[in-house]
Amino acid sequence: MSAVILFLAVLAVIAGWWLSQQRLTAKPWLEEGPVGNFPGGDTMTWPAAKVGLGVFLAVASALFVLFISAYSMRMSVVDWRPLPIPRLLWVNTGVLVLSSVALQWSYVAARRHDAEGAMIGLLAGGASAVIFLAGQLLAWQRLGAAGYLVASNPANSFFYLLTAVHGLHLTGGLVALGRTSAKMWRGTEIANMRLSVELCAIYWHFLLLVWLVLLGLLTGWTDDFVNICRQLLS
Amino acid sequence: MVDIPYEGIPGIPPAEVPDVELYHPRSWWTRYVFSQDAKVIAIQYSLTATAIGLVALVLSWLMRLQLGFPGTFSFIDANQYLQFITMHGMIMVIYLLTALFLGGFGNYLIPLMVGARDMVFPYVNMLSYWVYLLAVLVLASTFFVPGGPTGAGWTLYPPQAILSGTPGQDWGIILMMSSLILFIIGFTMGGLNYVVTVLQARTRGMTLMRLPLTVWGIFTATVMALLAFPALFVASVMLLLDRLLGTSFFMPSLVEMGTLSKYGGGSPLLFQHLFWFFGHPEVYIVALPAFGIVSDLISTHARKNIFGYRMMVWAIVAIGALSFIVWAHHMYVSGMFPQFGYFFATTTLIIAIPTAIKVYNWVLTLWRGDIHLTVPMLFALGFIITFVNGGLTGLFLGNVVVDVPLSDTMFVVAHFHMVMGVAPIMVVLGAIYHWYPKVTGRMLNEALGKFHFWVTFLGAYLIFFPMHYLGLLGVPRRYFELGDATFIPSSAHSLNAFISVVALTVGFSQMVFLFNLAWSLFKGEASGGNPWRATTLEWQTPETPPGHGNWGKELPVVYRWAYDYSVPGAAEDFIPQNQPPRATQLIQGAAS
Repeated sequence: MSAVILFLAVLAVIAGWWLSQQRLTAKPWLEEGPVGNFPGGDTMTWPAAKVGLGVFLAVASALFVLFISAYSMRMSVVDWRPLPIPRLLWVNTGVLVLSSVALQWSYVAARRHDAEGAMIGLLAGGASAVIFLAGQLLAWQRLGAAGYLVASNPANSFFYLLTAVHGLHLTGGLVALGRTSAKMWRGTEIANMRLSVELCAIYWHFLLLVWLVLLGLLTGWTDDFVNICRQLLS
Repeated sequence: MVDIPYEGIPGIPPAEVPDVELYHPRSWWTRYVFSQDAKVIAIQYSLTATAIGLVALVLSWLMRLQLGFPGTFSFIDANQYLQFITMHGMIMVIYLLTALFLGGFGNYLIPLMVGARDMVFPYVNMLSYWVYLLAVLVLASTFFVPGGPTGAGWTLYPPQAILSGTPGQDWGIILMMSSLILFIIGFTMGGLNYVVTVLQARTRGMTLMRLPLTVWGIFTATVMALLAFPALFVASVMLLLDRLLGTSFFMPSLVEMGTLSKYGGGSPLLFQHLFWFFGHPEVYIVALPAFGIVSDLISTHARKNIFGYRMMVWAIVAIGALSFIVWAHHMYVSGMFPQFGYFFATTTLIIAIPTAIKVYNWVLTLWRGDIHLTVPMLFALGFIITFVNGGLTGLFLGNVVVDVPLSDTMFVVAHFHMVMGVAPIMVVLGAIYHWYPKVTGRMLNEALGKFHFWVTFLGAYLIFFPMHYLGLLGVPRRYFELGDATFIPSSAHSLNAFISVVALTVGFSQMVFLFNLAWSLFKGEASGGNPWRATTLEWQTPETPPGHGNWGKELPVVYRWAYDYSVPGAAEDFIPQNQPPRATQLIQGAAS
């Protein structure tokens, strides 16, 4: 559970920093009058949807970190037999990076009021995300054909589980991306689309980050890294 | 690259919202059924939670019948008893209390108290309720599937939860996991709304330190729930895979019904860590909204500002943070590394400090207050007493050496029913008596309310006080019958019968409350907009019950904190939050 404690500590620092901006030491019983008379304590200047996405990403991170905690606790049991990571995963990772880059491109274009560029970026990002998902399914199939079934070893179970949870999050993102593209297709003013495109891009970068962390975990790199850190500390 | 600022999104919401921006119900269906109005969703949440809660209440009667009069009722067998225990616990903790405090009170009170027109994502808010309803239906359906609901206990510990021999192994456990997963998805949708509404949709002048403590409690509890429920989600998904696909996340190799099972190597302890990483914050997810609401009830009905508002806010935040590092105090007897116990006992005892600060502040708020013994106040006082009692036995159980012998006895049952069963329910009932006039425009009948309070309060003590004694005698929990154990004297059996009689009485007295709710809806005395003469914004709405969009044409502007009661020199003994300061009025008067 140390991973999740670490994660909570990071969240606590962020929350503490935010709370420190909110004048929690104010004495509200003495502060009668319009709010302009007292500094701080306003609502955020971000749009609600962006704050909402931020909160959701914190929840999704908690979910993944808890899976990772379970992974690290379970892998210390003797029956753990790491499975070979199919080469295909590296190709998939490249495709997911492309997807993220395309959405960033789309966001930059939307900021420049370039509707066509934004649309191309969205479509490219969506298409490469679909290719990534198809690639993941293919990887599953190859592993299954090679005899690495979901229940034959906990390492396999975790491999399928983690990739599935990540894939489901990406599928959910594709729904939002599809709606954004459809709105854009119908010719909604680009200025009104900027926020939606930005949120899609943020979500994609988040899922790319999660995937890189998961990949590090599944290939065992994280394990080596933690061991090196331990040796340095001891 | 030039950053163009967001159009039309200032830091402070505009006072007037153009009509088109508000969600408008177009038909009876979208007004009352598929509504996106937080107030309607709140009522839907509350009614659903109450309905499934009544099922759990009936289950507790059945358990008490068996415990009080073993062997008398042939229609209850050992398997059913386990199923009753499981469903009673799970429904009460998650589907009733969590849903009622956050989905019910959260939805109704947050937008009104912070001066918003609605939640920030009304559509997601509506989805949240329907997913919750689906979760409840899936849960209820387990009563009708072959094998019945799961009897694994509300903690659902593997390996026994999914092994044959545990009732509900076929369908019950699968549907239970599915229902929990649905509940968490639904809650996350609602939770996003509660958090972002508090962050983003507060009206002008409503700084964080002017929020009523109710909002602070619900807000902090929601943040905790958003971070804690994923642990239950992870545990449920992995247990479901163990059951359905034969993976071994949690299942060790073992012999089942004489044959070696297909499982091997899994860690039951891992499940317990995940479960209690959710389970302990869950206690405070229920308690923090109760703390917040009770602060407002006490201040309003004692006509006195809350004592130590800042300290109350800090204590809420501190409790929320600390509650994430105490979970393993539920696992002292689980076989985890024993030295962990010292750490978790220490953090558990530290949490008593902010909690005690809150209790002292409630008592100091009452000190020399103008106490009106209205029904909400009676329930609030009942809460303080019950919570202190339950909290004190928590200090016992938080210590490893005391917990080990008391674990799995009735003492634990008595402790957690006092602290997270009776105490939060006291607040729920008090809050319903307090806010019912705002929701319906009518008062609840006071005589029936007082009857309801005294039977519930005294009854709860008659039920759970003797149970501590049973626990000290060593009477185990979760047992269908006690048999002829020599260490259990016959007086314990009479005590059990006594508890059962009281429990049935208290259970039936809740019907008086339900009758009161229904009767007052039509025949109750008209309440007016602000019957308790309270300061917070929800009592200042132009219409009662608040109309669509809550505030008419203009949003309220807040000039003061939520607790200006009995201010010296003021014309009345309360000053609403949206009343401008007198000095400003004078200056404006001079200028005109």
